[in-house]
Parts: sequence; C-alpha cells; structure tokens
Amino acid sequence: MNFNATLFGQLLAFVFFVWFTMQYVWPYILEALEEREKEISDGLEAASRGKRELDEAHQKKAEILEEAKKEAADLVNQANARANQLVEDAKSTAHEEAERIKVSAQSDLDQAAKRTKEELRSEVAALSIAGAEKILGSEIDKDKNSQIIDQIAQEL
Amino acid sequence: MASKELNSTDYIEHHLTNLTYGKCPDGTWSFAEVHGKSQVAGTEASCNINEMGFWAFQVDTLFMSVLLGMGMIFFMRRVAKNASSSKPGRIQNAVEYLVTLVRDQVQDNFTADKNPLMGPLALTIFVWVFLMNLMDLIPIDLVPWIANGFTAPNAEGGVIHYFKVLPVADINAPMGMALGVLILIHYYSIKNKGLGGFLAELTFQPYGKWMAPINVIFEIPGFYAKQLALGLRLYGNLFAGEMIFILIALFFGGFFSSITGVLAGVAGLALNFIWAVFHILVVILQAFLFMVLTLVYLQQAHEHH
Repeated sequence: MNFNATLFGQLLAFVFFVWFTMQYVWPYILEALEEREKEISDGLEAASRGKRELDEAHQKKAEILEEAKKEAADLVNQANARANQLVEDAKSTAHEEAERIKVSAQSDLDQAAKRTKEELRSEVAALSIAGAEKILGSEIDKDKNSQIIDQIAQEL
Repeated sequence: MASKELNSTDYIEHHLTNLTYGKCPDGTWSFAEVHGKSQVAGTEASCNINEMGFWAFQVDTLFMSVLLGMGMIFFMRRVAKNASSSKPGRIQNAVEYLVTLVRDQVQDNFTADKNPLMGPLALTIFVWVFLMNLMDLIPIDLVPWIANGFTAPNAEGGVIHYFKVLPVADINAPMGMALGVLILIHYYSIKNKGLGGFLAELTFQPYGKWMAPINVIFEIPGFYAKQLALGLRLYGNLFAGEMIFILIALFFGGFFSSITGVLAGVAGLALNFIWAVFHILVVILQAFLFMVLTLVYLQQAHEHH
C-alpha cells in the first residue's frame, strides 16, 4: 500500500481510455441511439396523425351515411306518395268507367224496352184491327179508322 | 487452497503484496525481493518494495487494469462500429442500455453547458471501474495460482510468485483515476471561473472577503478532501471486500487434514457465497458512485457562485 509511479501509469491509462471512448465509441453509439429515438418519435407522431385522420374519416363517413339515409328515406316517402296517388287515380278512373258502363247499359236497356213497347204496340194494334175485322166481319177502312186505331195504340 | 506450509499471517501478507518492478537504491531496475527471494523466478532482486520508493510500478495492477481497459475499448469499439439505429443486436442493446444510463446520469447531474467530455468520461469510469471491481469475485487464489505456473505461489519453482488480480485494492489505481478527476476539476474551474474566480471561491466563502483566512481553513480541506475521498472510497470498499475474501479463504486451509478442517471448509464455502452475493452490490455501487461523484464535482467546477 505504497504510492509510487503506478499512480501515473494508471492516470495515463485512464486518460487514454477516456480519449479513445470519446473519439471512437461514444459518438457512434449516441448517434445510433439518438437516430432511433428520433425514428421512434417520428413513428409515434405519424401514428397519432394517422389516428386523427382515421377519426376524421370515421366522422365524415358517419355524416355521409346520415345524409344518404335521409335521402333514401325521402325517396321512399316520395315513392309511397306517388304509389298512393296512382292507386287513387286508378280507383277513380275505374269508378268512373264503371259508372259510365252502367249508364250506357241502362240507356241501352231503356231503348230496348222502348223499342219492344213500340213493336208490341204496333203488333197489338194490328191484332186489334184483325180482331175487330173478324168481329165486324168486314173490312175496316183503315184510312177511316186509322185515327181510332192510332188512339187505341196510343192508349196501349 | 491455502497451503499448509503457510501460516495465516503469511497467507494474508502474500495476498496483499503487489508484483512490483522498480528502481532500487543502487540504481538498478528489478522486481522486488520478498522474504529473501525475487517475486519472479529466475530474476535477481536487489531490494525490497519499501526501498524502491517512488520509482516502482505495481506490474499486476497495471497489467490487470490495462488488460481490462483494452478489453473494454475493443468491445465498445466493435459495438460502436456496427451500431445501427434500425437493427440493434443483443450486444448493442446491452451497450446502449449502459450508454443510456450514463447519459441520463450526465444529464441529471451535469446541468452546466454541454461538455462533450462528460459522457465518454462517465462511461469509461463506470465500465472500467466496474470491470476492475469485478475481479474481486474471481476466486482469490485462482489467478495467483495461474501466474505461478499452476502451482501454489509459495511452492518451490513456479513462475510469478506474487500477483494481485484486483487493481482497485492497490491504492495507486483508484488514486490515479481520482488524480485525473482532480486535474479536470482544476482545469475546468480555472477555465470557467478564471484563476481569480477559482481562488475567490476558495477564499471569499462562506464569510466574505474580510474573513479570508478562516474561509481558507474551511474551504481548502473541504475542496481537496472530497477529491481525495473519491479515490479512497473506492479503494477502501474494495480493499475491505478483498480482505474479507482473504479471511474467508483461511477457512479452507485444513480442508484435507481433519474433520474440523472439512467443517470449516464447508462453513467457508457458505460464507464465501454470501459475501460474494453481497459484494456484487458493492462492485456495481462503487463503480456507479465514482462516476456520479465525478460528474457532480465537475458540475461544481462549471458552476458560477
């Protein structure tokens, strides 16, 4: 345990090792370290930016979806209204048509009945005349009695 | 592994003696002589360690610390050369963890202007001191045994009879580093505060300039004591740890001779294990402390009061 020149030998070695570390070791390792730290912080930043963008995109997506839904609902409503309209229209047209057909059928019927009446009347007149002729045994002057006949026919 | 031929005192003394090469009073350079023979077989020793005085080198201390330091810088250099930011390997990860730890310490303790020396200095101190401290965990007789050509150091023959594997248990190693720190503290103090400012700090505080003599009495010892303690703390802790290992090793002395020897050996094994586990803490803590205190003192050298 005596101080001697070893002290300075050790000091020299110490200086050399510190110098070497300073020159050839520390800067390289620190550089790699700091570069990696930068890469990591850049990466994290990029990740948070990506997340923010994703959030924005989600929000935008929701908005678009909402809008589309509204539009679709409007379209459906419009279509419903239009369909109802069409059904109503068809109904009323059909109704009118039916009414018309009924009316024309009625008029046809009336006409036919009238015509049949007419025919029957003339037929009855002819029969009446024929009957009267037989009863009277002579011919009735049609011209003379036509007034009567017409009157009778009229009464039928 | 303690040999039967040695008594306890000799054994302890043997483990506390450095392999020393120095200049004897008669002007010749040689290895030291211990107990009448040279520390290295086949060499002539003309004086003992105490006679050498200042011009002597603890060869084992220098060899081990330089070897470990070389290992450190080669390893670090290899990692630094292949360092990539994108694909760190396992070793790079480990070294980066170390560098990050040191960098955080530098940033926490060193708030002065950025000084590019601080990081490398702190890293070197931490790793180097850690490696040197770690030598304390090598079985205490193993390296001396290898150095002596695989024979017990006191046996006849052999090669190098003395070899201390733990550099920091030699006061020159920690004090050499502390001396480096002391020089840096003075350099930066004078650089940042000017010689006048530096001296003023030592003389005009804490009681103002009219009490300068008293201030000097307070400040100068405080200023140098902390720098002295930086080295002494490391030395003391590791020397004490080493000492305990040596004492525990004495338990193995009679392992093959008697039943009590066997029992003592088993107790020694348990003690050795417990102390080694505890010592792992000391090894890391002292390396860390040396680094942090260096940073703190250098920060103080940059501060303006």
